[in-house]
Amino acid sequence: MSSRYSFGGDEHIFVEVSEEMSLEAFFKTLSMTNAVRDSKIKGVTEICPANASFQIKFDPDVISPDDMLRELKRLEQNAEKADHSLKTRIIEIPVFYNDPWTHETLMRFRERHQDPKSTDIEYAARINNLSGIDGFIKAHSGSPWFVSMVGFVAGLPFLYQMVDRKRQIEVPKYLRPRTDTPKLTVGHGGCFGCIYSVRGAGGYQMFGITPMPIYDPKQEIKYLRDFMVFFRPGDIVKWKPIDRVAYDATVADVEAGKFAPRMRDVTFSLDEFHKDIDGYNHKLEGALNGN
Amino acid sequence: MAIKVNVPGLATTVQDLGRPGYYHLGIPLSGAMDRFALRAANMLVGNDEGAAVLEAVFMGPELEFTSDAMVAVTGAELPPKVDGELRETWASFRVKAGQVLSFDFLKKGARAYIAISGGVDVPVVLGSRSTYALGALGGHEGRKLQAGDQLPVGAISKSVKEGLSVPAALRRGPTNIAELRVLTGLYWHRITDAAGNQFFEDVWKVALEADRIGYRFKGGKPLEFVPRTPPFGAGSDPSNIVDACYPYGSIQIPGGTEPIVLHRDAVSGGGYFMVGTIISADMDLIGQLQPHTPSKFVAVDMKTALAARRDRAAMLDKVRTALS
Repeated sequence: MSSRYSFGGDEHIFVEVSEEMSLEAFFKTLSMTNAVRDSKIKGVTEICPANASFQIKFDPDVISPDDMLRELKRLEQNAEKADHSLKTRIIEIPVFYNDPWTHETLMRFRERHQDPKSTDIEYAARINNLSGIDGFIKAHSGSPWFVSMVGFVAGLPFLYQMVDRKRQIEVPKYLRPRTDTPKLTVGHGGCFGCIYSVRGAGGYQMFGITPMPIYDPKQEIKYLRDFMVFFRPGDIVKWKPIDRVAYDATVADVEAGKFAPRMRDVTFSLDEFHKDIDGYNHKLEGALNGN
Repeated sequence: MAIKVNVPGLATTVQDLGRPGYYHLGIPLSGAMDRFALRAANMLVGNDEGAAVLEAVFMGPELEFTSDAMVAVTGAELPPKVDGELRETWASFRVKAGQVLSFDFLKKGARAYIAISGGVDVPVVLGSRSTYALGALGGHEGRKLQAGDQLPVGAISKSVKEGLSVPAALRRGPTNIAELRVLTGLYWHRITDAAGNQFFEDVWKVALEADRIGYRFKGGKPLEFVPRTPPFGAGSDPSNIVDACYPYGSIQIPGGTEPIVLHRDAVSGGGYFMVGTIISADMDLIGQLQPHTPSKFVAVDMKTALAARRDRAAMLDKVRTALS
């Protein structure tokens, strides 16, 4: 896998590790951005990993664009040798699928959708050959997901489903983006899932909502006091389907300062994962449940 | 001391030189869209160059002062008035306790920078006082100003003379046709050579959707794509890519129709291809473009981009010398 380098004006270098998405591309992206961070090159101001690419922002008054490019290419050679394991955490995120709030929103923007006669979740189930809403929820929540990028807006995670490619859920984005999306909507576009960290415009299909805040600029929520953004690239997420009663109870717990995300530290090995995907995911879930 | 906001203006926000270091979490730089104008305004009133000021777009606010201060307005030609009496832009003037600072109609440009001696002293969040409204972060309560807001002002560090001004030759305003210099790259290869030429030949116009996140342009011909099999994860539209980072100043063209140049409050990434990036020296200028301004994209190489950057730095040095 040889990367493609491009200058983004005089202050950025953009590196496309792979044109298509894969866990290998994501791992190489992570190890290259970690290498840039560790190398402490003078003049680097931002290090931004994405799904299968990354971007470095630098001050050309401190390091010339050509020198910056040379440094990155040198680091790529080392990244090739990096082992594919990652110390990270697995987090359970409760989701109220097919909820009334995203439903109200998707009905308001029906004329911007590929299939105005069904809801987003019905449409996604059908084009992915899943048996209705229940079949979709089972496929969506049945295996863990990698946070492969944080961004677009503050604290929004992009998630990549940890199953082989033929089982990955794929949906197009809305024909025209909506001007509104409820905060904490669980969405999907292309092969990526996301959680909308703030209310606003969006083009991803909407499947449900989580009661767990993931961005708090006021830092009043207990688990966001240390830092206002919850997710970091490399986090592993397991969705947990919940009903209205559990949703309301969690919202009340969050407001009362009693809610803490369920999570465990884990080490992920890409090689072990590929040997037996379902078995490995089962083990990850076991770690989450304290087994 | 504090300033009372009687009338907020259209979208007046507190801004400084921004909040670097958090773009990888989707929190953009923010800060003045016209950084040169912000620095000049601060120098005129004796502040540190990067002190927080008010950025007013298209319409000025009405502000009531509770103690004496030195004020300067730079950037757009938005003529200031003290108790109804006109004052010069790009020059320092005194506002006394109890007086009201208001503004006449916009004559030229888009964004005015209102510096007050002592600086706007809202809390520092992640290293900056800049407002990032989309994330409800920084500035005054994470949002644009509202009537009735009280803005704290810091202690005056250095007193300066009234009537100090930036020489006219050192002010940079928009021209009749905006020329925005571009370094091509990123996903430039996705469009055909003919489309690439067309992009630079067409005269575009700034669209109404032009804000701190990005500037949209209309009026050019749709671009033709090089055919491809969509890479896994990208999406089926020819303008889609596997979601990636967006450089500041990058030019994305969803569907190949209307270019969007991302600015200081940029979305940090997404799934649309980009044809290149506006050079750093021309970013300030974009912040001064009004909707409907005819604009041309001009292709340059890295050498030109760096030379233009040095020219801007030299210009700023001249302002420093003129005002010291």
